[in-house]
Amino acid sequence: MISGRGLAKRYGERRVFAGLDLDLAAGGLLLVTGPNGSGKTTLLRILARLTAPSAGELALPAREAIGYLGHAPMVYRELTALENLTLLGRLYRVPERGERIGMLLERFGLWDVRHERAGSYSRGMQQRLALCRVLLHDPALLVLDEPFNALDEAGAALLDAVLAEPRTRVVATHDPRRVEALATDRLAFA
Amino acid sequence: MRAYLQDVGALAKKDLLLELRAKETLPAMLLFVLAALVVFHFALPHGAGATAARGLLWSALVFTALLGLTRAFVPEREQGMFDVLVLTPADRSAIWLGKSLAVLGFLAAAELVALPAFAAFFSAVDGRTVAAVALADVGICTVGTLFGAMAVAGRARELLLPLLFLPAAIPIVVGGVGRYLWFLVLYDAIFVVLSWATFEYVVAET
Repeated sequence: MISGRGLAKRYGERRVFAGLDLDLAAGGLLLVTGPNGSGKTTLLRILARLTAPSAGELALPAREAIGYLGHAPMVYRELTALENLTLLGRLYRVPERGERIGMLLERFGLWDVRHERAGSYSRGMQQRLALCRVLLHDPALLVLDEPFNALDEAGAALLDAVLAEPRTRVVATHDPRRVEALATDRLAFA
Repeated sequence: MRAYLQDVGALAKKDLLLELRAKETLPAMLLFVLAALVVFHFALPHGAGATAARGLLWSALVFTALLGLTRAFVPEREQGMFDVLVLTPADRSAIWLGKSLAVLGFLAAAELVALPAFAAFFSAVDGRTVAAVALADVGICTVGTLFGAMAVAGRARELLLPLLFLPAAIPIVVGGVGRYLWFLVLYDAIFVVLSWATFEYVVAET
């Protein structure tokens, strides 16, 4: 699913990482750990096709097969949960998107507030909405950057269930305990 | 083609809905264009020619458009939505076209106030001027949206957009003040195609 050789990323004179080899089979979970500024987010953005490596060769799925969750929820705050997902469902050409959106909103406990603006949600609810967005098009590859951020125990349990589903996953976190048991591959930045 | 147009429509509708709820950009544009025309009314010497008055109208319109363009990508920047949109399978030029149409809507709304105000303060607005404004709007919004997307990725985005946009708007002002309609049509044709074709590369690594 993912294969990288000699990956490097530079921003001007600053080297983020270099000489990184990476392999992740379909269905595997790559756990990425490391301190702040070590390159976790940069690597995940590369794996999500949002930025290109400065050097190296990388094979990735097509961009529409990727579900990316960054540090921020990445939803329009002035739109309702339903409007956010309907817009993206249209752009992703999700078949039977009304049913799919309804199912996700139910699953993540947002159905009753689907007509409220995302900006009025608590940070934890926004993170749940972000997870709905990430799963909307049923991506083959999930790229999740600190996905447990702001989630309460019930929300974290919902995310645990998502991570246990059979798909390829890359997860960066400061707290690997929840993911450790599922990890098939590990990458620790120094 | 149908899916492309539906994507463009959905993206433009989203921007109009965001503005309808946030009410940030359009009120500022309306206030700015009215204030500018009032200032110009008192600044222009009595008896000055129609060409001078039209020059001030076009200055007001270009700077009003710049105000709208500066805000155009704020929701995408502040909420990280650029990354979300470029990951979708939608053609990236649909993002540009949807945003251009939304900015065009805001600018047209500002002009619905600006042109009667110009008529009240300076001189009557004839059909040729209205046609020139409509043609110029297309060029302003398409080029401005492209530059807005380029600027949004940079740190000095508030500085970068005027530096990119104002030189590109000079031909629009020349064509508008002189009411050279064919010149404006040519400008639109060239820059719509250029912007449409290059937007893909602008957002390749934002």
